[in-house]
Amino acid sequence: MNGTIFTVLAGIVGVLLVASAIGAGLHYLKKDGPQQATIANLNQRIKAWWVMVLLLSLCVLAGKLFTTVFFAFVSFFALREFWSLAPSARGDHRPLFVSFFILLPLQYYLVATDWYGLFSILIPVYAFLGLAALSTLAGDTRDFLTRNARVTWGLMICVYSISHAPGLLMLDTGVQQPVLLLVYLIVVVQLSDVFQYVFGKLFGRHKLSARISPSKTIEGLVGGGLAAVVVGAALYGMTPFTPLTSAAMSFAIVVSGFFGGFVLSAVKRDLAAKDWGNMIAGHGGVLDRVDSIVFAAPIFFHLVRYFYTA
Amino acid sequence: MIVLLSNMLLGLVRLLVGARGVGHDLGRHDQSRIYFANHTSHLDTLVVLAALPGDVRRTVHPAAALDYWGSSKGKRFIAEQLLNSILIDRQRSTDADPLEPVMEVLHNKESVLIFPEGTRGHGDRIESFRSGLYNLAARFPDRDLVPVYLDNLSRIMPKGSFLVVPMICTPRFGAPIRLKRGEERRAFLDRARDALAELALPRDGGAA
Repeated sequence: MNGTIFTVLAGIVGVLLVASAIGAGLHYLKKDGPQQATIANLNQRIKAWWVMVLLLSLCVLAGKLFTTVFFAFVSFFALREFWSLAPSARGDHRPLFVSFFILLPLQYYLVATDWYGLFSILIPVYAFLGLAALSTLAGDTRDFLTRNARVTWGLMICVYSISHAPGLLMLDTGVQQPVLLLVYLIVVVQLSDVFQYVFGKLFGRHKLSARISPSKTIEGLVGGGLAAVVVGAALYGMTPFTPLTSAAMSFAIVVSGFFGGFVLSAVKRDLAAKDWGNMIAGHGGVLDRVDSIVFAAPIFFHLVRYFYTA
Repeated sequence: MIVLLSNMLLGLVRLLVGARGVGHDLGRHDQSRIYFANHTSHLDTLVVLAALPGDVRRTVHPAAALDYWGSSKGKRFIAEQLLNSILIDRQRSTDADPLEPVMEVLHNKESVLIFPEGTRGHGDRIESFRSGLYNLAARFPDRDLVPVYLDNLSRIMPKGSFLVVPMICTPRFGAPIRLKRGEERRAFLDRARDALAELALPRDGGAA
């Protein structure tokens, strides 16, 4: 089974080597062309991919605790980016402090200790009600509903949803290496993003919604999405799925991942920003990179849990 | 040991609020300048220091209020040892000019960081400047005065709270200004304040 992991990682590294070669070639051939900025951005993105693949490989090799802590930091930076752009009032200060320093670590502690029951309700039940209660103590009623909705939304998106990615390691599907399910999710989601970007740049004509995202096109979505489903189906060997169910799972991941990016773009527009941050050169913020995982992780988690665990 | 502690403190600040400086020019280590920033929380000084390149940071001495930072051994240690601060006697408990230690740093061709609003504002607006900045500019007319705008800090650590909520604070360094020949005190202070307020983005609230 270890062989599968190394095959997959070697495959990813191979793809990145090809991408780096293409990026370097484009940079060399079109030095003075008008697409220079696009190519520079492409190369920045590829470089950032190397770092992200390195981190993912560490997750696979170093085990569950490392993976959980790693995603806890992803959540931390995502939530930090969310609140840097989302407005907050003085009365939100304590609920936000609790979100960052109590609920976030606790949610990942539950992942690390396989406490599925509390993992699934900590934020939707206890945080949802508890933070609203805590908020009343500040005595500020202005925009009370809006403010509390934002606090809960930030937690649901940045902590609860993302925690379902390492949460996959809690599921006993009978495969020897549960971490492969996490690798599968990330590979399909991120390939789908990359394919949509590439297909959009090559064939994109019709914008899906210029108001939400100027770069997303129908051609990109359909072409890129289908390509990701095909790759996902081919990767069935690392999962408990058959080729056909693997295609179906990849389809669910692609569709939910797409809407993750779309919804978070809409939120960005609402907050009058182009990117969530600037932590990852070429990509924007952490939340820009994981926006599709935010939606795909919980959906994939529950599909696998419903159909593939006893 | 001190360097290690200081780097750990600045590392923690970067983890919590990013503190990646942007803008015109963050400075050089062989330049003596006067950085001035808006003042909204106890983190201000740390954030500006964390944003500066290491070699520049070692020559920058932030001004800190003696009545707060000198009030206990721990605070004094953080201010003087870890942050290279100079403690300013805002209450003028002696006859000496409270700015004397700041002048001394500038004499030695090093840099200072001051908060000309005097007291911490409430974050949504920049208070009008006190005279200290003018006195320094008049005494050292050959030094650049660099505005540094700090966003989000009043939300990260509001007045009256000791809880830090992580949000990204991006110190924005503006173009340097200098006292013009014959410029009036009030006119100069307003111009400096405007130079700082201009660095605010629309979503930072009614800074201007």
